[in-house]
Amino acid sequence: MIQLSDYLIVSAILFGLSVAGIFLNRKNMIILLMSIELMLLAVNINFIAFSYYLGDTAGQVFVFFILTVAAAEAAIGLAILVVLFRNRRTINVQDMDSLKG
Amino acid sequence: MDDMKDIYLLIVLAPLLGSAIAGLFGKYIGRSGAHWVTIIGVATSTILSLIVFKDIVIDGAPVFNETIYTWMVVDGVRFEVGFLVDSLTAMMMVVVTFVSLMVHIYTIGYMHDDPGYQRFFSYISLFTFSMLMLVMANNFMQLFFGWEAVGLVSYLLIGFWYKKPTAIYANLKAFLVNRVGDFGFLLGIAAVLMYFNSLDYADVFAAAPLMQDMTMQVIPGQDWSLMAVIGILLFIGAMGKSAQVPLHVWLPDSMEGPTPISALIHAATMVTAGIFMVARMSPLYELSETALSVILVIGSITALFMGLLGIVQNDIKRVVAYSTLSQLGYMVVALGASAYAAGVFHLMTHAFFKALLFLAAGSVIIAMHHEQDMRNMGGLKKYMPITYWTMLIGSLALIGFPGFAGFFSKDAIIEAVHHSEIAGAGFAYFSVVVGVFITAFYSFRMFFLVFHGKERMDEHTRSHIHESPWVVTVPLIALAIPSIIIGAIYIGPMLFGDFFTGAIFVLPEHDVLGEIGQGYSGWGGFILHGMQGIAVYLALAGAGAAWYLYMKRPDIPTMFKEKLSIVYKVLDNKYGFDDFNEKFFAGGSRRLGGALWGVGDVKIIDGFVVNGTAKGVVWLAGVLRNLQSGFLYHYAFAMIIGLLLLIILFVMTIG
Repeated sequence: MIQLSDYLIVSAILFGLSVAGIFLNRKNMIILLMSIELMLLAVNINFIAFSYYLGDTAGQVFVFFILTVAAAEAAIGLAILVVLFRNRRTINVQDMDSLKG
Repeated sequence: MDDMKDIYLLIVLAPLLGSAIAGLFGKYIGRSGAHWVTIIGVATSTILSLIVFKDIVIDGAPVFNETIYTWMVVDGVRFEVGFLVDSLTAMMMVVVTFVSLMVHIYTIGYMHDDPGYQRFFSYISLFTFSMLMLVMANNFMQLFFGWEAVGLVSYLLIGFWYKKPTAIYANLKAFLVNRVGDFGFLLGIAAVLMYFNSLDYADVFAAAPLMQDMTMQVIPGQDWSLMAVIGILLFIGAMGKSAQVPLHVWLPDSMEGPTPISALIHAATMVTAGIFMVARMSPLYELSETALSVILVIGSITALFMGLLGIVQNDIKRVVAYSTLSQLGYMVVALGASAYAAGVFHLMTHAFFKALLFLAAGSVIIAMHHEQDMRNMGGLKKYMPITYWTMLIGSLALIGFPGFAGFFSKDAIIEAVHHSEIAGAGFAYFSVVVGVFITAFYSFRMFFLVFHGKERMDEHTRSHIHESPWVVTVPLIALAIPSIIIGAIYIGPMLFGDFFTGAIFVLPEHDVLGEIGQGYSGWGGFILHGMQGIAVYLALAGAGAAWYLYMKRPDIPTMFKEKLSIVYKVLDNKYGFDDFNEKFFAGGSRRLGGALWGVGDVKIIDGFVVNGTAKGVVWLAGVLRNLQSGFLYHYAFAMIIGLLLLIILFVMTIG
């Protein structure tokens, strides 16, 4: 029998991996976007697991919403990426330091 | 009494008005306008002063002591402008205004070609105002006002030729040295205010005998007599103004100013303010023998050693300046011996004959085209008869030739010191007696070098020498007359009569003049008595020695100079006072200032406080800047760490 905690642990591992992906990644911007997607999916697993164990379908409905938003977000993110590449001829994360004062 | 008050106000304000008009509107009224307006102002004061003198001294009118104006009242202490007019004041007023008037007239000739003509008249009239305020004061505050005001005008006039570096140096020196004296003076006034709680002369003098045994502790554990402390502090002020050792250094240098002010300010009136002040404070000084001894010793040092310096000077004005120093020493000696009347009497005679000597020297300087070195003069007798005779009268009065004014006053001082029993009187007697010889020697050295002997000037100057115009010679003659007769007229009433009764106070046990007065029988008798003393013969010997050494055998002084070169050097360096002040006080102040600037200003304030703050901000910003890398993942990392910390905190506090 698979326990609720097993799902939660999987979800937490996925979330941790995605966070690590965000700030350990020094190279490619696309990996950054993928990490964000992974983060959302980790949350979705939580939702589904709780929905199943608590017998409440609202959680599963939420997952659909999140998937929709994630798809839209990925589309916008890739679009921005394309524009960024056109402007700067690179999508290397280490070159993106114009936030500093 | 009310009309008298108006007269006193007019006496004081007429010169001030003249000064203001000449000073502020000098451009519009022109040169003659400037001298007319100031001379009218001072002449008004002179005539009114003579009326006051007649009123107070001859007709015996009561002493005037009233407040004119109350400036402010602070905690029961009244700061007032008021006049105290008694015989002492009346005499000073006549002397000041008369000499001032003569100098005003003389200045027309002396400053004839000077571009600062109006300014000069404005200054000397302002001086007359200040000096009158000083002598007519009835309280310490007004005395201090006049004291500082004459100092200011003295500063302005020494530096009158402000493009001359030596004049600027001299006036700064005069001002600074006077500040030292004034510091003591101010402390003295502060002590009076502290213990008497009043600045009014009458109040203070009335309360003084009650305070005689009072002591004060300046240094804890040391009891000092209050009267001695006050007396000495006030006398320090007098030392500055009346140029007593060691605060005398400014007076010889003050000769950088125009000659008329050397006569008026640095010989006849301002420098005698200290003498006047001590005489005025006689009720205080009588209560402290310590203070009197200090005065006596300082005066005798000045009288003897400053006279010696006159021998080696070659500048005609400096010789007269050193004789002024020496004569001021005589006056101070008289004060120290409690013979205040003799000191003031000498002040009066000295004012006339010393002003005469200075103006005569100025007349010589005009004729020599502003050459002051006596080595380039000689034989002027035949060119300038009036100057010659008046200068001779002045010199005879100065050395105390029997019958001339200086004889009476100087002999009275010598006699008084002889009778005094106060500590230091022996030394003082020695000083004043030897001083007579020295005075006569340098006076006649100057006289012979200038008027007799070979004509040592160059051909161009010689062809232009002529007697000075009447504006110069009239004051000379007008001053020569009192230089002859004033001594004989006033010795009786002033020294042995009741001229100063009520104005000068002498304790019976100090009353040396009273002692001398017992044998007094008219001025003729005084001359006969003087002829039996040693002083007259010393004076004649001094004059004779000068004649022999500088007319008959001019090689001897040169030989002395070579043989006794050490003595000559010491005298020529003025005992090293100037060098010492220059190195120790001026140099020390400069080094101290440099050190304070280097450490305090540059290192601490600029380096640490001002630039240090800026540097600290730069350093802190440099550290903080590292946090802001611009990389998104750094910010994300920081957010997550922060979130984690907050959650841990949350869990820990809830748990």
